[in-house]
Order: sequence, then C-alpha cells, then structure tokens
Amino acid sequence: MSTRTIELLVGLFVAAGLAALFMLAMSVSNLATYGDDDGYTLQARFDNIGGLKVRSQVSAGGVRVGRVTGIEYDSKNYEALVTMSIDRQYDKFPVDTAASVLTSGLLGEQYIGLEPGAEEEYLKSGSVIHLTQSALVLEQIIGQFLYSKADESKAD
Amino acid sequence: MISPLLDRIQFIGHSTLSGIRRLGRGHLFLLNVIPALVGMLTRPSLLVKQMYSVGVLTLIIIVVAGLFVGMVMSLQSYYALVDFGAEDSVSVMVVLSLLRELGPVVTGLLFAGRAGSALTAEIGLMKATEQLSGMEMMAVNPMQRVIAPRFLASFLSMPLLALIFSAVGVIGAYMVAVMLLGLDDGAFWSQAQAHVDVHLDIVNGVIKSAVFGFVAAWIAVFEGYDCIPTSEGLGQATTRTVVHSSLAILGLDFVLTALMFGE
Repeated sequence: MSTRTIELLVGLFVAAGLAALFMLAMSVSNLATYGDDDGYTLQARFDNIGGLKVRSQVSAGGVRVGRVTGIEYDSKNYEALVTMSIDRQYDKFPVDTAASVLTSGLLGEQYIGLEPGAEEEYLKSGSVIHLTQSALVLEQIIGQFLYSKADESKAD
Repeated sequence: MISPLLDRIQFIGHSTLSGIRRLGRGHLFLLNVIPALVGMLTRPSLLVKQMYSVGVLTLIIIVVAGLFVGMVMSLQSYYALVDFGAEDSVSVMVVLSLLRELGPVVTGLLFAGRAGSALTAEIGLMKATEQLSGMEMMAVNPMQRVIAPRFLASFLSMPLLALIFSAVGVIGAYMVAVMLLGLDDGAFWSQAQAHVDVHLDIVNGVIKSAVFGFVAAWIAVFEGYDCIPTSEGLGQATTRTVVHSSLAILGLDFVLTALMFGE
C-alpha cells in the first residue's frame, strides 16, 4: 500500500478518535454547563440538609441558577452551613428569599430551591439567607404520623 | 522419596527466580526504549506506518464490538430498570459504564489480543531470523527503528480506540433505546448530560486507556524482544503477551478505579 494511502488512513483514524471525544464531551456530558466559574456566593443555615451534596443544584422556579460549593457543620449553633455559588446573571434575589431543601421527583436527588420574597434590597455576594426550611426526614414524618394517630385514639 | 519432593521445591524456587529475572529484564528493556523514543521522532514516517498497522487495522473490531456492547447494555439495562419505572435512566447507566469501565477495559483486551499478539510475533520473528542482530551489525539502532515506533504507536492508539469504542457504544445504545424500545429521544440525551461529568468520567476514561495502552504495548514489545528464537518459543511468547496483558489490564483497572472513583 502506498505511503499516501497509509498516511491518509492514519489521519482519518486520529480524526475519528478526536471526533469521538468531541461527540462524547458535547452531547453526553455536562460540558455545556461548565463555564460557571464566575458566580457570587450566598450562604444558608439549615437544621438538616438531608442528602444534599456538594455540586448539587440550586434552582429558582425549577430553573438551575447555581450550585452548592461547600457544606460545613457549625458546632457553635449546631446547624449545617451551606455555601452556594449563584450565576452572576441572576443577581436580583431579595434579602427575604427563602431557601428550602427539596427532592426532585419522589426518590431523586436533593437540591436547594430558592423562593424570592418581597423586599426591595437584593442579596449581594457573601450574604446569608435567613429564611430556610430543612429537608424532610422520612423517619421524623413517620414518627409524627404515629404520634398523631396515638393522640386520636386516646381522645376517643 | 525425598528426592522428588526436593526436585519440586527446587522447581518452585527456579521458577520464582527466573520470573524475577524476567521482570528485571523487562524494566531494563523499558529504560532502553524510552530514550530511543526521542531519537525515533526524527523519522515520523516509521511512527505513521506503525500507527496504521496497530491502530487503523484494529479499528474494525473495535467499532463492531463497541456497537454490539452498547446495544446489549442498553437492552439489558432496560429490562432491569423497567420494573422500577426507571427506564429513563437507561442512557445514564449505559454511558457511565461505557465511559468509565467498558470502553478502556474491553478496548484494552481486544487491543492486546489483536495488536499485541501481532507485535510480539513480528518482533519475535525478527529476532528468530536474526534481523535485529543484523541491524546492530550495520550500526542501525533496532530500538529506534523497530521497537520504539511500535511502542509509541500502541500508546497513542489506545486512547483513540477507547474513545471510538465508547462513542459507537453510545450510538448503539441510542438506536436500541429510542428506535427499538421506544424511549423518549430528548430524555435519553438530557439524562445523560445531567449525570455525566467531563472531568470525572471522560477524562478518567482517557487516562485509564492511556495507562492500559502503555502496559499492553510494553508487554507485547518486550515478549517479542525476549522470546526464545524458535517457532515454539514464538508461540509461547505470543500466548504470554495476550495472557499477561489481559491480566495486567484487569488488575490495573481495579487499582485505577479505586483511586479515581473512591471517596
């Protein structure tokens, strides 16, 4: 086989390999959402974050606006301190925005949902969200249900 | 009565020592190949020719295997997940398995079997017909001309082949999931995009396949260079290449997975 054919085929082979890399990176990975390095930081304190993890989503109205960048435990106040990075384009969250830990779907992964309040001042980088709602812990709900059932039967 | 027992114990000792000597020869061989790589870069036509015979000619088995592995995985994942109502996760399961594990490992095993055994046979035959010694007589460095191009070509081809395997596997999975099983087209891609991370999955897969390529290339080339120069020795060397490469790839896969994906 001539040198030209050989070099053509090797060139096509390498091009096919790189094309495969591009196809995988573009269409089946999170590369498209990767350019979110510039965002501003918000913090929130929760009693219980449930199954929230670093890199979990932060959504407002169901739309992804940022992600969780750090989770720590504050031993002084016995609370979980969650640090989030919000995209710079979404900089108009009022200071009385509420953050809750919600579950996507029934058994899905957990994310932070932001509900805007009614104040006119906006949250800035480094602010702390004060209105928070912790994750629903299944055992606590079952416990509450059993106690309320026991109360009902006592009242009869 | 004592003597056969002593003979067996002596055999165990002898095998262990010769195994260790072979390991040492292999490492010294690698130390000789690495400098030769630099000298070989002044003759890129050698590298291109070897990339053709090692990479391009392995392409057909990789593509066919990737296609069928993707299709089978998609089918099996569907049957396993549909009972839980989680059939939308078929794409996530298939893509993650392909990128992280099946792509590098299956490509490595196929590569070791097809290209590794061919390299061992080629170099072993050159040794048996005294072509390597003849080259040294003519002051041509056989490391630079013969060994280093084959080594580098294998090392460069493996990641490309593994990527092509994964990509074709994803396409095969898509064909089965959407066209055969009737899953939603948009859900397939969006679920995969939500759960596949470029750095964690794709880059780690490429790193794994590069490591496997290095090991498979090293074993194949060394077994050829070190073989007993008879036809029987050549057969043994080829078998050893395939077996040792496969075992090394599977063992390294466990170590790399534990390092990359562990907590």
